[in-house]
Amino acid sequence: MSSNLTEEETFLIKTVRSFIDRDVKPTVRDVEHANEYPESWIETMKQIGIYGLTIPEEFGGSPVSMSCYVHVTEELSRGWMSLAGAMGGHSVVAKLIGIFGTEEQKQNYLPRMASGELRATMALTEAGGGSDLQAMTTIAKADGEDLVINGSKIWISNARRSGVIALLCKTDPTASPRHSGMSVVLVEHRDGLTVSRDMPKLGYKGVESCEISFDDYRISAQAILGGTPGQGFSQMMKGLETGRIQVAARALGVGAAALEDSLEYAQARESFGKPIWKHQSVGNLLANMATKLTAARQLTLLAADKFDSGERCDMEAGMAKLFASEVAMEIALDAIRVHGGAGYSTEYNVERYFRDAPLMIVGEGTNEIQRNVIVSQLVSRGGL
Amino acid sequence: MKIVVLVKQVPDTWGQRALDLQTGRIDRVLGENVVDEINERALEVGLIQQDTMEAEVIVLTMGPGSASDAIKKSLAMGADSAIHINDDLLVGADYMRTAQTIAAALKSVPFDLLIAGDKSTDGGGGVIPAMVSEILGIPHLTHLDSVTIEASKVSGERSNNNGSVRAHATLPAVISVTERSAEPRYPTFRGIMKAKKKPVISENLSSISLDSVSPVSDNETTAVLTVEARAERIGGIKIIDEGDAGNKIAEFLALNRLI
Ligand SMILES: Cc1cc2nc3c(=O)[nH]c(=O)nc-3n(C[C@H](O)[C@H](O)[C@H](O)COP(=O)(O)OP(=O)(O)OC[C@H]3O[C@@H](n4cnc5c(N)ncnc54)[C@H](O)[C@@H]3O)c2cc1C
Ligand SMILES: Cc1cc2nc3c(=O)[nH]c(=O)nc-3n(C[C@H](O)[C@H](O)[C@H](O)COP(=O)(O)OP(=O)(O)OC[C@H]3O[C@@H](n4cnc5c(N)ncnc54)[C@H](O)[C@@H]3O)c2cc1C
Repeated sequence: MSSNLTEEETFLIKTVRSFIDRDVKPTVRDVEHANEYPESWIETMKQIGIYGLTIPEEFGGSPVSMSCYVHVTEELSRGWMSLAGAMGGHSVVAKLIGIFGTEEQKQNYLPRMASGELRATMALTEAGGGSDLQAMTTIAKADGEDLVINGSKIWISNARRSGVIALLCKTDPTASPRHSGMSVVLVEHRDGLTVSRDMPKLGYKGVESCEISFDDYRISAQAILGGTPGQGFSQMMKGLETGRIQVAARALGVGAAALEDSLEYAQARESFGKPIWKHQSVGNLLANMATKLTAARQLTLLAADKFDSGERCDMEAGMAKLFASEVAMEIALDAIRVHGGAGYSTEYNVERYFRDAPLMIVGEGTNEIQRNVIVSQLVSRGGL
Repeated sequence: MKIVVLVKQVPDTWGQRALDLQTGRIDRVLGENVVDEINERALEVGLIQQDTMEAEVIVLTMGPGSASDAIKKSLAMGADSAIHINDDLLVGADYMRTAQTIAAALKSVPFDLLIAGDKSTDGGGGVIPAMVSEILGIPHLTHLDSVTIEASKVSGERSNNNGSVRAHATLPAVISVTERSAEPRYPTFRGIMKAKKKPVISENLSSISLDSVSPVSDNETTAVLTVEARAERIGGIKIIDEGDAGNKIAEFLALNRLI
């Protein structure tokens, strides 16, 4: 664990850890295979206060440092990546409203979000492309005091169960540069907004990822985050610093679980008269897994510290997300090697890690996009 | 209503556990020490009352300085305050000594209900709640699977070999609860933050007026004579099936008087 946590933060992390070990681990395999929404686990997460960790105290939250948030996310993900997914977008939207929201938006949303009674997600990606956000075609057109929204979004996680969606769209499609015509609009489920489809997917089960469409959806222009149009792209890029650190932490959780299972298996399983970890090839796998995981964790905590310092940290968050997700995939694959046939069996957890790990490579901006962010920061900062 | 919950810190069942072979006492340095799970359940029974009828919940623990972690956890779960009895002279206290000490500390706490676990994970005596009630001269209901608390009465169900028994007592009373009694809640982060501001009263033998009673070693009602490590497990017997495995297994079982 990182050393700059407060005593209370350490206690929180331990609490989440015991929740995962006591409640989640024993049955997660069955729940995941049934693609079941983890209602009761989400309830416990609400009770513990996990939905309020990125919300200021004055709005009923209990804010923690980003490194504590990383550890909490890792613990959840160690039990099941979907649990960390079910609070990831929410945290980002909470941060967005906390930083950029009008007083009214904060009062309206944050207290209910802090308890988890109201949950939130963000909608950026469109079928036409998630990487090239400025090419998006969802448009919120001014009509008197209102906005009328048309278009559709895809892969929106938790869309059905989120009471508020931070929608990135164009309020001025002719603006140049294009990003200056983009806004975040806080929309809620009602006429004109349909969840049209649940995307079938490899992993990240239990929690829905949906296609949603807007058909003459009318909302007051006051729903624009911060009240002023045209800020959406830069607001979202700030939000994604949290989002990318969160995704890195999710990858850490998958890696940690894969290592944990492998270490246990390698000591229990014997071949040629000895536990398999004593065969150097297997031992080396474990050593590499642990080394990669530790490096990824340190890098993620570095990004978290940078975030807490208030400095721009898109490069560090990008590095953490890039490295932790790639490493989690490698660790998940190595976990299969360590487990032999059992690693490929759906009676073990390892196959799930292998299915969950790729999401962190693709989601929250693909790793190719992270490299673009990193190199452009490298050039503009004049190196590391 | 004032409820006192007896909470004991024990070595984590999931971690390594051992006895100190010199003193016969539990090695508290080896693994992590945690709130005994049965006491989390006992606390939950109290906290439910706090939620529904505004009861005040006080936890009481007798244990070394490190037992303050158990207090912190109890306060984070929702207890209002705590009493920590810690005295070097209590090291190695036996059942009688433990019960006397707890009872003496309770003299200055006018409670309506005392809730304990039915049996601790480490000592495993299962006698402290009954002994405390005897010393205090109030009724006790032990081994309750379920608990109903009313303004002047406590009742509950206890299972036995033939079924179950309903029992009740007027308050003040002592109860002990089983694993079935309640599912403990997790501390909330708000609770964790609030815990540090809650009052913890430190007691020792003189503050509870037990210092005139002679030290444990002179006054033991029980003594640990010897302690030895359990013998290493041996390999067991492997029977290879050459068509007669069934008979061989039966022979083995008969030899060991298992059939
Ligand atoms: C399970 C799941 C949940 C998701 N949840 C959400 C959500 O809640 N909200 C949300 O808005 N989105 C969500 N997404 C969408 C995700 O963020 C996008 O899938 C991702 O950003 C990639 O966009 P794309 O799928 O359109 O791929 P594309 O943009 O079409 O990319 C295809 C490939 O081209 C590469 N590429 C594209 N442009 C470049 C470039 N300039 N340089 C180098 N390489 C490039 C990409 O890296 C990728 O390899 C989710 C996705 C999944 C799978
Ligand atoms: C060989 C041996 C070595 C021992 N070594 C030690 C040792 O080193 N240290 C040690 O502490 N004990 C030791 N004990 C046990 C010690 O005698 C008992 O733990 C102690 O007297 C309490 O009894 P119990 O835990 O069996 O209580 P039980 O009657 O099983 O406990 C029932 C309930 O009473 C309450 N309770 C019990 N004890 C306390 C307490 N201290 N504070 C608050 N509530 C309590 C709890 O609610 C508990 O759930 C040892 C016992 C043996 C047999």
